[in-house]
Amino acid sequence: MRDVSVVGIGQTPVKEHWDKSLRELAVEAILGAMQDAHVDHADALYIGNMLSGQLTGQENLGALIADEIGLRGIEAMKVEAACGSGGAAIRAGYLAVASGQFDVVIVAGAEKLTETSNCYTTAALAMAADSDYEAIHGISFVALNALLMKRYMYEYDLVPEDFAAFTMNAHANAVNNPYAMFRSAITVEQYKNAREIADPISVMDSAPICDGAAALVLMPTEHLNGQRARAVKIAASAVATDSLALHDRRDPLWLRAVELSSQKAYAQAGITPRDVDLFELHDAFSIMSVMSLEAAGFAERGRGAYLAREGEIGIHGRVPISTMGGLKARGHPVGATGVYQAVEAVMQLRGEAGKNQVPNAQIAMIQSLGGVAANVVTHILSN
Amino acid sequence: MDLARNWRLKDQRFRLEGTVCAECGAKFFPPRQVCTECKSTQMTPHEFDGHGELYSFTTLRSAPLGYEEQLPYIVGMVKLDEGPIVEAQITDANPDTLKIGQRMEMVIRKLRAYGEDGVIVYGYKFRPAANGS
Repeated sequence: MRDVSVVGIGQTPVKEHWDKSLRELAVEAILGAMQDAHVDHADALYIGNMLSGQLTGQENLGALIADEIGLRGIEAMKVEAACGSGGAAIRAGYLAVASGQFDVVIVAGAEKLTETSNCYTTAALAMAADSDYEAIHGISFVALNALLMKRYMYEYDLVPEDFAAFTMNAHANAVNNPYAMFRSAITVEQYKNAREIADPISVMDSAPICDGAAALVLMPTEHLNGQRARAVKIAASAVATDSLALHDRRDPLWLRAVELSSQKAYAQAGITPRDVDLFELHDAFSIMSVMSLEAAGFAERGRGAYLAREGEIGIHGRVPISTMGGLKARGHPVGATGVYQAVEAVMQLRGEAGKNQVPNAQIAMIQSLGGVAANVVTHILSN
Repeated sequence: MDLARNWRLKDQRFRLEGTVCAECGAKFFPPRQVCTECKSTQMTPHEFDGHGELYSFTTLRSAPLGYEEQLPYIVGMVKLDEGPIVEAQITDANPDTLKIGQRMEMVIRKLRAYGEDGVIVYGYKFRPAANGS
């Protein structure tokens, strides 16, 4: 297996792109990444997307987008792992380069969630869970996370405000990210007064419905000949699964696939959580941040929320998370999100993160969760 | 709409029929073809009695397509006395007085309808147990 590096990044702003189609977003991000990498060709394209068929009536994105970027003829396909599709596409691209199959690979993530009204999109997102035994009962994806958060609060004696620091951190960081959806800081009062979606989850605990696309160009590290000072190495690439449905887990409050995926990644990179300079976790809901920090080894079980309260998750903290706004404030165009995480981690490692620069960032971990951490893709990037 | 699928699930929806592993005795709802404990494929049907306790619950203020008319509604996780957790709607209950850990029992209710000409889907929901049974 060959070492793989990220040599180019591209992204569109995350927002409600009523004036742009899925293909326009994908093309914009990919052309940006190709320009950044100074390449005008690629051997293959892997595009992460969850709901193009359901919400825009369009499947077969591989052929569509390869053609639209002027590369008709190359290998291309869509990769789907629910909200973890972007991470899964990076995994596919990584394997294609590491194996020696291809020398230049484009990885993209693209999603358009605002084409339909809210109840359609909510029903489509619930397809990340068990259709026959969860969705049929009207259990939305937010509801699944609410069930976990309420039980978590019960077992560890917490109140909703104990989670506020995650949202405030994400929003504070998004202020300085021109690609973020919510570029406004929020207060504890705003958090407490937010509209409830499924108690205890309010809109302030939940990532927004939005559109966006992001892209990477991957090449074998051995081909770089030291010429690409801005290249970032993929030090680990790992995937692990858990039961799709929450009810099939003996211990629903422990994200076993996060633990497995993280441990595999640490072993590949030869590091421990202490070595990670920033962690772009999957903060689709505050409770996922808390439980991910625990299962990935950054906090003891039941102590994840305290990391935020004690200021450890900020840019200058021990475990900076959501450094460009995270899913909560940058936005969560589901199948694109994993690729946005990679783009932001590369910016941090290049030292191009501006006001949100994590000082001397050398190792970044990114983690993309499909479903309620049923399919967990972890990558570790390093200088 | 989804006619065969709803017919196929009737034993689960109306009788909480899952499976029990003939080799190690582990019980599952929903039914499984491979035992998660011992990997045996010797699984036989097992009907759960529908009693358990409330593991968690939430009240939805925003619904997926097809459930908007039921808003606000409660969904929950019920840990059955025989082991498995079941996710379902919680009915005949006031969310302000529901408590994690309280006794629950299964009932059959309408889950959803597919418009005026579509099928009406029935199945299990859970309610607070009548006599703490």
